[in-house]
Amino acid sequence: MASNPPAHPFQSPPTAARRRERWIFALFGGATYCVILCGALVFGTIIGKGAGSVFQTRAPFINTTFLTAAPESLHVFEFEGRKREMGDQEYRAFVAQHPAAARVKSESYVYSAGGIFPCIVGTVLLVIGSMTIALTLGVSAAVYLNEYARDGTFIRFVRLAILNLAGVPSIVFGLFGFGMFVIFFGWNVSLLAGWFTLAFMVLPVVITASEESLKAVPRGFREGSLALGATKWQTIRKNVLPYALPGILTSSILGIARVAGETAPIMFTAAYVVRDKLPWEVERAVDFLFQGVMALPYHIYVVSSKIPQNEYTERVQYGSAFIFLLIVAVIASASILLRNQLRNRYKW
Amino acid sequence: MVTAAPTLMETRPAAPVLPPRPPAAAEPGPAAPASALAPAAETLIDIRQVDFFYGASQALHDVSLAIEHKKVTAFIGPSGCGKSTLLRCLNRMNDLIDGTRVARGTIRIRGVDIHQPDVDVIELRKRIGMVFQKSNPFPKSIYENITYGLRLQGVTNRARLDEVVEKSLRGAALWDEVKDRLDASGLGLSGGQQQRLCIARAIAVEPEVILMDEPCSALDPVATAKVEELIQELRSRYTIVIVTHNMQQAARCSDKTAFFYMGRLVEYADTRNIFTNPANPQTEAYVSGRFG
Repeated sequence: MASNPPAHPFQSPPTAARRRERWIFALFGGATYCVILCGALVFGTIIGKGAGSVFQTRAPFINTTFLTAAPESLHVFEFEGRKREMGDQEYRAFVAQHPAAARVKSESYVYSAGGIFPCIVGTVLLVIGSMTIALTLGVSAAVYLNEYARDGTFIRFVRLAILNLAGVPSIVFGLFGFGMFVIFFGWNVSLLAGWFTLAFMVLPVVITASEESLKAVPRGFREGSLALGATKWQTIRKNVLPYALPGILTSSILGIARVAGETAPIMFTAAYVVRDKLPWEVERAVDFLFQGVMALPYHIYVVSSKIPQNEYTERVQYGSAFIFLLIVAVIASASILLRNQLRNRYKW
Repeated sequence: MVTAAPTLMETRPAAPVLPPRPPAAAEPGPAAPASALAPAAETLIDIRQVDFFYGASQALHDVSLAIEHKKVTAFIGPSGCGKSTLLRCLNRMNDLIDGTRVARGTIRIRGVDIHQPDVDVIELRKRIGMVFQKSNPFPKSIYENITYGLRLQGVTNRARLDEVVEKSLRGAALWDEVKDRLDASGLGLSGGQQQRLCIARAIAVEPEVILMDEPCSALDPVATAKVEELIQELRSRYTIVIVTHNMQQAARCSDKTAFFYMGRLVEYADTRNIFTNPANPQTEAYVSGRFG
């Protein structure tokens, strides 16, 4: 085979290097497709199984109960020859109408009826509050580190601390928040404690990314502004921060997904397994900050591992996971839109 | 400082070495009357025996020179000779770089030592505008670029801002090119227009001095010519200090030229003398293109 003379000078000879290249390409390509496959499997499962509890075949095609009601127990019983499934409230009304139904043996499954509205509200509140805190603290710290502070031992120490903070497991943040905010500050299990715990968790990401975006702003913009007689703060506010904002937002999108999804930091600090009242049903405005909330990731955890599993729980498990993905996607796309708009405004 | 060695003066070849220069040297024609009109030149910036350090390395050695009011002073010299460093000392832009210091000597502007503790560097920079090597219009509209300095000073009166924008753009010979698109981004302009926009931005705050740090080094010849024309127009109203690599440019634009080498001021004299009759052999070698 090797002795065959080539048909023309440019014919590719079957050398070992070429064979190896083909193998390597196949390997890299295969790895890439594996990633896609994993993603497709995860999302496909959640969407496939979750869509059933969110969408329905009858108008309005969206299961509004699931989105707007609180979780309830599901009652399953046979009455007048028909198998009936209904949520707790509906069941009580039904029993009041048909006293005979009270004598029928009914099985009840917790959390398997109703919806997840309080969890959605809680998660959104947690994300908004903690991202506000994280961005305020993080951007301020990044501006200080990048624009004001002179490099020295202290600053190196601060950077080391930030790196270390990024490596701390989320459950440790949860315990820290519990010890610090819940017990020491006496905030109890509350929105405020959750906000700060989550904010501290994403702080390293926000600081590092903000610093990178500040560094990406050309030096000439700062010098040009200072040479016109601007103070350092005027320069930063008018001629540095606006251009760094798109980059900062990009990083916070990552932060949003983490804040929304982490269960460990909020399970001791902010999340309730179940709560009847919605967050705005408070007597005094200040109570708003000091109330626990239901949250989607914690709810998923509870319905997946803390209650007896049966054919009815899957509905709420996958439904919650699906809605959770949807919320993160919506918040993230909003940030991306905002970022793109800012980016178009300031281009260099 | 200016040590003229007579023996070397004699060895200097006469005219033949500078054939392209005579026209260039003759071109400061418009400059000549200006200097003739003001025989007793007033010193605006007085630099005395300045030593300057970047950390441990010394960038300026014992530099002394007096920059005259409403004249164009050019700093020339090979890369790393300290000319930009000195320029950036004049509005204390070097303060922004860590580890820099003026170790010795004084820089006085109108008799005031600018390193005096009660000198506000913000006020100083308002009075001494700067144009950078790389044009740096802000990624905002042309209008916002020009009004940036005034808005910092709290001017919000729209009519006044409009007036300043037109005046500054006319002053920078840019008005006719951009008057229909003041709301367009300053970054959409060509390289030469961007640099003139930066000059317009600098003159919008009415400085006394304009420092130009190699303003044409990134521009093509046509844009360079426009900026040079602009310098000719500005010279009657501002004191201009220009750092340049381009000796013809120094010869064309400036009244006085300072030649720097290795952080020292080698020679400082009328531009005409520097280019036709330099006192120092190093200057002579540099302006005739034999080194640097």
